[in-house]
Amino acid sequence: MSDDIKVDKVFDLKGLPCPMPVVKVSKGIKEVEIGQVIEAQSTDPGALTDFPAWARTSGNEILKTEQEDDVIKFYIKRNA
Amino acid sequence: MDMQNIETQFTEIKSQLAALDKKTVEDKLSMVVFSGDLDKIIAAFVIATGAVAMGMDAVMFFTFWGTPVLRDAKKRVGGKDTFGKMFGTMLPKGMGQVKLSKMNMGGMGTAMMKSLMKKKNVASLEQFLEMAEELGVRIFICEMTMDLMGFKREEMIDYNNLTFCGVAKFLEEAANSKIQLFI
Repeated sequence: MSDDIKVDKVFDLKGLPCPMPVVKVSKGIKEVEIGQVIEAQSTDPGALTDFPAWARTSGNEILKTEQEDDVIKFYIKRNA
Repeated sequence: MDMQNIETQFTEIKSQLAALDKKTVEDKLSMVVFSGDLDKIIAAFVIATGAVAMGMDAVMFFTFWGTPVLRDAKKRVGGKDTFGKMFGTMLPKGMGQVKLSKMNMGGMGTAMMKSLMKKKNVASLEQFLEMAEELGVRIFICEMTMDLMGFKREEMIDYNNLTFCGVAKFLEEAANSKIQLFI
């Protein structure tokens, strides 16, 4: 976990291919309040372009993206 | 300018605005699903469910070869004429019988693709349909195809947001959709 970001909810989306990561995150982000942050973990390389596209469209904000081995972690702040 | 005049102009502007509102493009995806092949239907559902995740409305209009895919394998109906029986037997009955458009190889290719999809965690057609229903994807079924191929409403899938309709209903949706696709 990133030291400087307080995560309110974690979503393990490892092993899920397109379109599941964005489908799950678009539903999952509604489980936290506006202003709170979720962490989404994905092993789908397409997520690197898909999550930013989803965030721009839905009006949410990716605070940080981390990559460890095959796992990509997105820290997403709910703005909408 | 007197009050009466201003009022008339105001009413005029209001009706013009209302007409303009009808022409506004919405965040919506309208898709014609013409094909009845496994690969193409999967692609259609990936895009439709993805669209909802992106905050859009999604409408899928199943017509021609896409229509028999939405038959329920568990349902039996009688009273069909010769052609109806013929189409009923020759076309896939439900999602389990849908084949690849390429490399089917007498069913071997489709079976291999299905097991590969399972291994790679790609959702099956049945799972995609369930997900689409949960996400509120609307499904339209072409009434003309139903009639042409002798399908009956009672043999089609149970789905929350299902409408039997004609091309005008689809075009009404497509006309104010940002994205329209034909698959």
